[in-house]
Amino acid sequence: MKRLQRLLSDRLAAASLAVLAAILAAGALAPWIAPHPPDEVDMALRYAPWSLDYPLGNDQLGRCVLSRVLHGIRPSVLYVLAAVLASAGFGTAVGMAAGLLRGRTDALLMRLCDVMLSFPGYVMTLAVIGVLGTGLANILLAFILMKWAWFARVARTAVQRHADAGYVLFARTLGAGRLTLLRRHLLPACLPELAVLASGSFGTTLLQVSGLSFLGLGIQAPHAEWGMMLSEARQAMFSRPEQLLAPGFMIVLTVSAVNFLSDALQTALDPQAGGPRQAAAVPGEPEAAAAAMLRKEAV
Amino acid sequence: MLAAEGIAKSYSSRPGRRAQRQAVLEEVTLRCAEGECLGIIGASGSGKSTLGRILLGLERPDQGKVTIDGRERAHRDAVSAVFQDYRSSIHPFFTVRQALLEPLRGKRLGRAETDRRLEEMLEQVGLDGSYLERYPHELSGGQAQRVCIARALLTGARWIVLDEAVSSLDASVQAQVLELLERIRGMHGIGYLFITHDLEAAAFLCDRIAILHEGRIVETLARGRLGEARHPYARELLALFRSGLGTGTGALNADKEGKG
Ligand SMILES: Nc1ncnc2c1ncn2[C@@H]1O[C@H](COP(=O)(O)OP(=O)(O)OP(=O)(O)O)[C@@H](O)[C@H]1O
Ligand SMILES: [Mg+2]
Repeated sequence: MKRLQRLLSDRLAAASLAVLAAILAAGALAPWIAPHPPDEVDMALRYAPWSLDYPLGNDQLGRCVLSRVLHGIRPSVLYVLAAVLASAGFGTAVGMAAGLLRGRTDALLMRLCDVMLSFPGYVMTLAVIGVLGTGLANILLAFILMKWAWFARVARTAVQRHADAGYVLFARTLGAGRLTLLRRHLLPACLPELAVLASGSFGTTLLQVSGLSFLGLGIQAPHAEWGMMLSEARQAMFSRPEQLLAPGFMIVLTVSAVNFLSDALQTALDPQAGGPRQAAAVPGEPEAAAAAMLRKEAV
Repeated sequence: MLAAEGIAKSYSSRPGRRAQRQAVLEEVTLRCAEGECLGIIGASGSGKSTLGRILLGLERPDQGKVTIDGRERAHRDAVSAVFQDYRSSIHPFFTVRQALLEPLRGKRLGRAETDRRLEEMLEQVGLDGSYLERYPHELSGGQAQRVCIARALLTGARWIVLDEAVSSLDASVQAQVLELLERIRGMHGIGYLFITHDLEAAAFLCDRIAILHEGRIVETLARGRLGEARHPYARELLALFRSGLGTGTGALNADKEGKG
C-alpha cells in the first residue's frame, strides 16, 4: 500500500497509469464504445476530414479511423501485454529456480537459455510462423518462446547476487523455506530489474507485431491493428500525411506510458532510488557524533 | 550447551568433480555454555565463516554433528546470527520495523504489544522508536548492526553467532558495539560465538578463545591465559599483537598487565 502511494505521488507515474488504464479499458470495451464497425467500408467518405460523426476522419477505404484505433487496442496492447507478462513470468520462474538450485539444474537451464538467445529473434519468429501458420496468436507464441530466456538470465543473476546477502541468510536461520525466500525476499528485490526489462520488451514487441502485420504475417487484412494502420497510411504518406497521426500517436503514447511507469515503479519499489525520503538527512547519529568527539580529543 | 563434535567440511574446488575436494574444516570440536562468549579466531580462509554457517544450521557438515543440549537439528530456535556486511544484512526494501518483525512472524502478538516490544528492543541496543520507519540505507553502519543485534535478540535465541559483526565498522564505532554486546550479554544471559580475525576484539569480549588454523582448532585459551599458548601458530598470532600491530582500545594490554 505504501508502495502504491509512493508510486502515485509521482505525477508522471500517476498520469501514465491513468493513460494505460484508459487505453486498456477502451480496448476491452471497444465493440460497445466504437461509433462504427471498424471494417465498414464507405468509398464516398474516402480520406474524409474529421466530422462529428467520424471524430478522427476516415481512411483510404472510408472506414472510421477512431473505431479502428479503438479496435486496434486489443491486438496491439492487450495481447502484447499478456504475452510480455507470460514470458516474464515463465522466464523469472526458470531463472529463479536456476539461481536458487545451482549446480546441475542451473547449468542445464542456462545452456538452454544460451541456445534460445543465440537465435536472432526475427528468424525464430518467422520459423514459428512457417511451422504454425500466420496469425497474431502464433506471433505472440513465438515471442514468448524467444523472450523468456532474457528474463531467466536477469532473474538468475539477481537471485545469485542476493542469495548470499545477510538478510537472506538471516531468513534462512529462521527456517524460511525456498518458496518463502523467493516470495518474501528475492522476488521483490529483483522486481525493479525485471520491470525495466518487461517494459522494454513491451515496446519492442508492440513494434514487432506491427512490423509483422505490415508484412502480412500477423493480423489479417480487414482487422484493425495499429501497425497495420500505419503501413496502410504509409501508402498515401505524401498526399495524406495526417493518416499516420492517429495510429502513430497511439503507439508512441502507449510505449512512453509503459516506459515512464516502469521507471517510476523502479523508484517506488526501491527506497534507495531517490524519492522524497532520500532528501531527508540522517540527523543525530550517536556514532557519528561520538566519532567526531574522539577525533577532536585526539587533536 | 551448544556443542559441535568432530565437524568436517570440504568443498569441491570445481563443481561436479568429486576427486578434487578441498578440506575446509577437519575434526572441529567446540562447546559453548549458556551465556558464555566463545571467540573463534583465525586467518582469512581458515574456515571461520564455514564453521559459523554450520553452527547456524545453514549448511550440513560432511561429518560430525552440532547439538544443543544434546539434541541434534535444534538450531532454528536456539541460534541466531549477526553478519559482517551491514549493507546487505537488512533487506534493502524493508523498513527497520519490517526487518524486526521477521523473527516475530507467526507469533500472535497484538499491534500495541508488538510496537512496545520493538521499541523496547531498539532502546536496549541504543536506538529508539524513531528508527522504526527508516530504511537500511538511511542508517549508519553502526546503527544497522545495532538493528541486526536487536533482530537477533527478538528471535529469542540463546546463542548468537557474530560473524565478523564489528569488522567492517570504524574503530570507535567498533568499540561502542563491543560494549553494547557486553551489556546485552549481562542483560539477557545470551551466549555469543564471536567469529573474528581481530584478537583484540575477541580478548575484550570473550571468555574463551578458540584459535582456528587451516580448518582445525589448534588451541582454546581462557581470557586471562592468552600468554600460555603452546601451539606455534597461536604463539605467532599473539606475538604479532604484542609487537604493536593491534591498535585501539588496548584491551589486550590490560589483559597482559592483569596477569603480571
Ligand atoms: N560455498 C563454497 N564453495 C567452495 N568453497 C568454499 C565455499 N565456501 C567457502 N569456501 C572455501 O572455504 C575456505 C574457508 O572459507 P571461509 O569463508 O569459511 O573462511 P573465513 O575464515 O571466514 O575467511 P574470512 O576471514 O576471509 O571471512 C576458503 O578457502 C573458501 O574458498
Ligand atoms: Mg568469513
